[in-house]
Amino acid sequence: MSESSSSFGSFPVKRGLAEMLKGGVIMDVVTPEQAKIAEDAGACAVMALERVPADIRRDGGVARMSDPEMIQGIQGAVSIPVMAKARIGHFVEAQILQSLGVDFIDESEVLTPADEAHHIDKFKFVVPFVCGATNLGEALRRISEGACMIRSKGEAGTGNVVEAVRHLRSILGDIRKIGTADTAELFEWAKRLQAPLPLVQEIAQTGKLPVPLFCAGGLATPADAALAMQLGAEAVFVGSGIFKSDHPAPRAKAIVEATTHFDNPDILAKVSRGLGAPMTGIGMDEINQRYAERGW
Amino acid sequence: MELEGLDGLILPGGESTTMSNLLRAFDFVEPLRRFVVSGRPVFGTCAGMILLSERILDGRSDQIALASCGIVSRRNGYGRQVDSFETDIEVAGMCDPFHAIFIRAPRIEETSSEVTVLARHDGCPVLVREGNVLAASFHPELTDDDRIHRLFAHMVRDAKSQDEFPDEAR
Repeated sequence: MSESSSSFGSFPVKRGLAEMLKGGVIMDVVTPEQAKIAEDAGACAVMALERVPADIRRDGGVARMSDPEMIQGIQGAVSIPVMAKARIGHFVEAQILQSLGVDFIDESEVLTPADEAHHIDKFKFVVPFVCGATNLGEALRRISEGACMIRSKGEAGTGNVVEAVRHLRSILGDIRKIGTADTAELFEWAKRLQAPLPLVQEIAQTGKLPVPLFCAGGLATPADAALAMQLGAEAVFVGSGIFKSDHPAPRAKAIVEATTHFDNPDILAKVSRGLGAPMTGIGMDEINQRYAERGW
Repeated sequence: MELEGLDGLILPGGESTTMSNLLRAFDFVEPLRRFVVSGRPVFGTCAGMILLSERILDGRSDQIALASCGIVSRRNGYGRQVDSFETDIEVAGMCDPFHAIFIRAPRIEETSSEVTVLARHDGCPVLVREGNVLAASFHPELTDDDRIHRLFAHMVRDAKSQDEFPDEAR
């Protein structure tokens, strides 16, 4: 019962927070005021960043970790968990975020990658990490580096759910196939996915990813959130979709309620009413930079 | 109603402000309160414990406290995620220590005289019981050790048998 027997930052402790966020909505916010709106609406966490992906996409240039002052402003404004993004491979940005006491670090393709070959060694950190993935192999490589949560990448800042659906289906479809594979086939699966064999074997046994699987990238409406949940996501990230819409507060609340009652069309119909215009959104053939292609 | 026909209820971990919002949005506060008052066992862990508390410190002003258990809970009383931890605790009535995981855990700051403390960590209560309400500031659902869940299952069975055979109660 002494303090000395306590351990901090172990995998179960880090993964535990991801478990607690299941069924919820994590919202991108750029100011303390937006963070309050998100908390009031029932967000289970906020992602503090300087620009939402739609603006990063519009502005171009290099996107980096947010100013610590801005992150601390948001930490001071809300009592729910605060996440923040580090560039892929930029372990010093991650060290800084850990020092600030953020609750989760998103090693994110939405920011400009800092390393074209290596992701961050996430086992070295006490704070848990979430990473994006477009397919099961990518998800398992991130987990083998210490990620405690996977989010399907989708295509951030587009307001278009099509890529999120593609990535979720790819990840969950392969998990289902592995569930019916025999033991000899698992070696081939590991090779094909370029993923560690023990993780593939674990999926064959449990039928699920070893960490929670959330959905991100292009969700803009309550129906989008419910679609991700019905496809098998365990929670959703909504980025530009809320604060780039006409009426962020009611839309945020509606997305939370839709995520909770994702399998009840009557409630979905009720909460979807009268929310004003969603973010405009863009088609995949209109964009010149696919963030989902970043990460290896 | 979704609570109909249930003999016991577990209020799990999660984000207590979100739970509070959703309970209100879907008119679930009163049904939940009635469920607890009916004497059927309820087990709250972490955010669920906050919900059952008499009073909440460092919560939002509009946060729901069902006042089903005589405890005062401080939200995030052990700190942020970087302060989250796992440790062994001694639980009353259990031979071996229980491995407990605390995630941005609430801290029990006060307990009323009706509350029985079943486990402490560093002097602070972490598992308590008042009548048919069981509350933990940690997450027994995150480990494979099912002893605390068994304890709750016993509470549910006892409450049900008293219900069906009231003459044999006590």
